[in-house]
Formats: sequence, C-alpha cells, structure tokens
Amino acid sequence: MILRELSEAYGVSGNEDDVRSIVRDAVRDHVDTVEIDALGNLLTVKRGTGDDPMRVMVSAHMDEIGLMVVDHDDKGMLKVQAVGGIDARLLPGALLAVGPERIPGVIGIKPIHLTESGEMEKVSKVEDLVIDIGAKGKSEAEEAAPLGTYATFATRYRELGPTVTGKAFDDRAGCAVLVELLRGEPFEFDLHGVFTVQEEVGLRGARVAAYAVDPECAFALEGTISDDIPKEKDGSPTTELGKGPAITLMDRSFIADRRLVRLLTDTADELGIPHQFKQPGVGGTDAGVIHLARDGVPCATVSVPSRYIHSPVAMLNLEDFENTVRLVRESLRRLTRETLE
Amino acid sequence: MDVISLLKRLSEARGLSGFEGPVRDLVRETWEPFVDHLDEGQLGSLIGVQRGCGKEPRPRLMLAAHMDEVGLMVTDIEDGFLRVSRVGGTDRRVLLGLEVIVHGRHDLPGVIATRPPHVLPKEERKKTVPLEKTFVDVGLPEEQVRELVSIGDLISIERQMSKLANRRVAGKAFDDRACVAAISLALERLSKIDHVWDVVAVATVQEETGLKGALASAFGVAPDLAIALDVTFGEQPGADKSGTFPLGGGPAIGLGPNFHPGLVERLKKVAEDREIPYQMDPIPGRSGTDAWAIQVSREGVPTALVSIPLRYMHQPVELLAAEDVERAGRLLTGFVADLEVGFLDEIAWKVGEAA
Repeated sequence: MILRELSEAYGVSGNEDDVRSIVRDAVRDHVDTVEIDALGNLLTVKRGTGDDPMRVMVSAHMDEIGLMVVDHDDKGMLKVQAVGGIDARLLPGALLAVGPERIPGVIGIKPIHLTESGEMEKVSKVEDLVIDIGAKGKSEAEEAAPLGTYATFATRYRELGPTVTGKAFDDRAGCAVLVELLRGEPFEFDLHGVFTVQEEVGLRGARVAAYAVDPECAFALEGTISDDIPKEKDGSPTTELGKGPAITLMDRSFIADRRLVRLLTDTADELGIPHQFKQPGVGGTDAGVIHLARDGVPCATVSVPSRYIHSPVAMLNLEDFENTVRLVRESLRRLTRETLE
Repeated sequence: MDVISLLKRLSEARGLSGFEGPVRDLVRETWEPFVDHLDEGQLGSLIGVQRGCGKEPRPRLMLAAHMDEVGLMVTDIEDGFLRVSRVGGTDRRVLLGLEVIVHGRHDLPGVIATRPPHVLPKEERKKTVPLEKTFVDVGLPEEQVRELVSIGDLISIERQMSKLANRRVAGKAFDDRACVAAISLALERLSKIDHVWDVVAVATVQEETGLKGALASAFGVAPDLAIALDVTFGEQPGADKSGTFPLGGGPAIGLGPNFHPGLVERLKKVAEDREIPYQMDPIPGRSGTDAWAIQVSREGVPTALVSIPLRYMHQPVELLAAEDVERAGRLLTGFVADLEVGFLDEIAWKVGEAA
C-alpha cells in the first residue's frame, strides 16, 4: 500500500523532495500532465470525458512537521527549532532521523532520578532540547548536521489489524487518497490533482497552486484529528464487592509469583469460583517481606474485598468471604512442588 | 563477542521487573559457553558459576548486574483503551507517542495515546501528561481488546537500538543490561585464563522495584566478596555537571559506606596497572544499586560498585559509549585474574595503636 511508503518518506516543510518523487512515480502513467511549480507543488491534470469539462482541484499536502538544526554546542549537541506546529510534549524520548542520510539522533531529558517532583509537570520548550547524535564536539556535529538540516521522527509504519500506525498521516493519508483517485477511471470534469508543499508553515503551497489552477471548485484531503480516547475519570476501583476474592498481581510491596497466580486462577476457572484482580500498583501486604526471606520465597496474595478499610466501620460481602475460603482451600489442595517448576 | 551486537541483543530483549523470562533466556544462552554451571534463584535471577583453579574450598566472588527493565502494566480496559500503572521507575514524561508491545494472549503492537495539542486547553499543553490520563491504544475494537488483554498484562517499550557516532549507542534498558554485557565480556575472557577464585555471575531480577533479586541471590550465593555493576548518570544537557560522568571516561568506581575501601583500592590498582581509564564516584549513603542489598546479606559481604556512565536514564534513548562497556569488562577480568587466595586477609580491617 502506498500509504506505507508515503508515511515513511521524509518531507519536512520546505524539503518535500522524497515525497514528491514517490507521488510523481505513482501517478505519472495515469494523468495527462505533471508539472512542478516555483515552490515545489506537484500539479497534475487528469482530463475529463465530458465536453466543456469543469475545472476541479483536489489537493493534499506532502509536507510534515519536524525540526531544523539552528546551532551546535561545544558538546556536539544539535540545537533545533520547530518546523510547523510540533508538540514539545512528544520530543523527550524520541528517536529522530537527521538530514538526507537519516543519521539517528535522540532527544533525552534530565533523568527522573535527578528531577524534583514539582519539575515533573514541566514541558521543556523545543529551544531548550537538543538532539544527541553521539558527536563529541562542535566541529564533528557541524559536519554531520550542518545548519539548516531537517530532522523528523524515525517511525516505521506498522499494521495493528484493522488499524495502522506511522508518522505523518497528516497529510500522507490525504496524498494516498489523491493517488488512488488519480489512478482510477477519469471523471467527466478535469481533475487537477495537486500535491502541495508548506502547509504546516502557513498553507503556502496551496495558495499559489490555487491561483495557478484557477479551479471552479476544490476539495482538500486531510488526515485530521480524532480525539476519541477516554477522558479524565477516576482510576479503577481497586476491587469491587460481590465480584469474588481479589488476586494480587503487583502491589507496592511485591510482584506476585506468576506460577502461584496461575494455580489460583486455574482453580477458580475449573470450579467456577468468581474472582477478580486487584488493581495493580496499589497497597502492600506481608508478602512484601516474606518473598525476600533468605534466598527468596515465591508468594501470592488473595484478599477479601472490603469497603472503608482503616475506618471505624468496614463492609464486606459474605459471598466474597465464602468464595475466598473456597478458592484458597481448593488451590492449596492442588499445590505440589511441581507447581513451582 | 562483538560488544555492539551484544548490546543490541540485550537492549532489545524483553524483561520487565518480575517477568524477566525472555532476557533471562538470552543471558543464559550468552553465558552458557563460558561457565561450568547455571542455575536460577527462587525469584528468577540467573546464576552462572565459573570455577577457579584454587584448592577447595575456594572463595567466591559474586558479580551482579540486573537484567530487568522498567515498563507498564494494564490496570483497566476502558472503551477499548488500556489504563496503565508503572512497573519500576518509568518516566511518564517520555511515554507520549511511544510504540509499545502489550503482552496479552499474544503480543499486540500499540502506541501511547496522545491528545493532539489542537484540542487541548492552552494550559494543558504546557504540562506533562499524568499517568491517570495516559492510555495505550492497540487499535482494535473493544470486544477484541477484552478477548486478548487482561488486567495485569505487561507492556514493554518497543525501541530498536541505534548506532550513533563514535561507537555510541542509544536504546532502551541499557540500565542495566550494559552491565550484563560487561560481565559477559569478562566471563568470556576469564574462561580462557586460570583464576584462583570461583566467579559467580548473577543477572539479578527486580532491581527496579527494590533490589529484590540481589537481596535473595546474595543470600543464596553467600559470596565472600561482591562487585555490583550498574549504570551511573552520564554528563548530559540539562543535568548538573557534578554527580555526572563524561561518556568515554571509563567505568566509575563507587566510594562511600556501601563499599569496602580495600576492595575499592584493589579495583583502582587493577585499572592503573592495565591503563584502563576510570573515574571515582563518591556516594555518601544509599547507592540505590544491587550493592546496597548485597553488602548486608547474611553476616555481611565486602562489596564494591563499578558503574558505566549513561545519559538519559530510564528513557528509551539511554545513550552510552561502547568503549566504557568494554573497559568495565576488562576491569572485572583484571580484578579476577589478580585475585589471590589470601585477598580477604589483605583487606581485613586493621586495628592500629590508639593515638
């Protein structure tokens, strides 16, 4: 699929050459004319079948956001500025491809161990971050990535089943749609398929392309925002009353032995005993020290869910209690040395 | 062994604290040709014994480096997205936009979900995302997610190692697999020379969740002497110069109450005799490394710490100089080669005349 090649291509605003080459190769045999204008827009025309055809422009932008090298420091680090609306929250931990040779570079921040808790909230500005390419000094950095070198995320396209992931779907997704349109049957109207440059720095390519094409109407194709992830809500309820004994996977004091957890869950499944997992990462029990005695002791924890613990009046469900007795008793019956092998 | 390809294999192997299976298999395979005996501790640490040529009972030196790495665990499934908790000291500031693998019924590729800045209130754009608002997206319909993923499933960071300039490399989990690599290099060389002491190499588990593998395996191994290996803060942008160490400056030797001064002196001598560059790392108290747990095992163990400088600790771009890993390996090799039968007596605490 052309989306893969387009997504992995390198084309920060002002440097769209690779994308332009891919698109041109993909459509040249399916259109009547191909031109490149003064800014680098790729303008194609697929002639219509009608008499007196309409002039319809369909556009998609080839450029993506990225970084540009603006200075080098004495330690060999690359100082950068954003090209387009880059989200500074995403840069720490990023792996980048720098320059036409795509040399690898990384952005790191002060280790969490050395960061005060109040500082953890702060997002570093792009100008305060640097790209580390492993260079030892200024001249080495200057040679490897001269001023003006572009960098972008080094992200590979991946298939997750019905979805795919990759970089620059804004707007290589639009480019891929336009390529498909141009490769298809001609329309009644003249289709002016335009692959534009410099959208991310102010819609600059499309402005001159629209002037040149002078269309009667136009469609812009984009890869746009989908903000459908869950919004703020409390964390999960740790455990729920009436859902059976709670098996711990990991809490603040220990990580449960997977073999013993499996014994518990296999037993519960076999006998149809309702059970739940305690929300990982919360609380601690005696297992925290037992598992560290001598050369280590495999441990698990099973709990009766209880509301309002540590208050003068707690509440539990008697069925949970009975099921906890049953689960522990039946699991212990099945326990042998082989369980731990 | 080529150090860079060894670092790549170790860095890319999976093995979160408490679930070190895959990386343990890799370390076992790496050590097998060089040791006489391999064993697993109760909590899962891998223990490789290389017998010395001295008379029995031979004293034992323990070399420890941890093989676990930080990551995430699924705590809930909401609208097909996964809520997460940290396993070890994962830095939430570097999670956004990362690729991950969810270890469900089978491994599922996923990403850390991010709300685009376009829809965020201005104030929120300037703040890092708290863990309660961090989700993993595996890109599948909710029913399928519920079928394949359970609460408690682990999530590894997905990152391939990059080779940078000057034999520097960047990737995940060099903390502390770079030190597992250094021990591997030492075991390889030591397998070809006679040494008097038994060497017990331990790839420990659950260091990131509280030095647990080291505590348990030090009891099991009951060493006469121990050297823990870990990474230390490399000089880097954004961090104070003091307390950080230049990359390429050689391994750092720990100084302070956690470390036996006689052992520290010997390590310095070994480095100087062999012209191995090294740095001194003063640590006034808790070292936060396996050395802290090993030193107080049973009746006490003279312990030292050798560290490899590393930039961007606990981030998927941990960066180090391969030469420092090789030097740490050479330092260990030299230390073992020079160990004589009576070394423990040599470093015994001397009580002088009262002034």
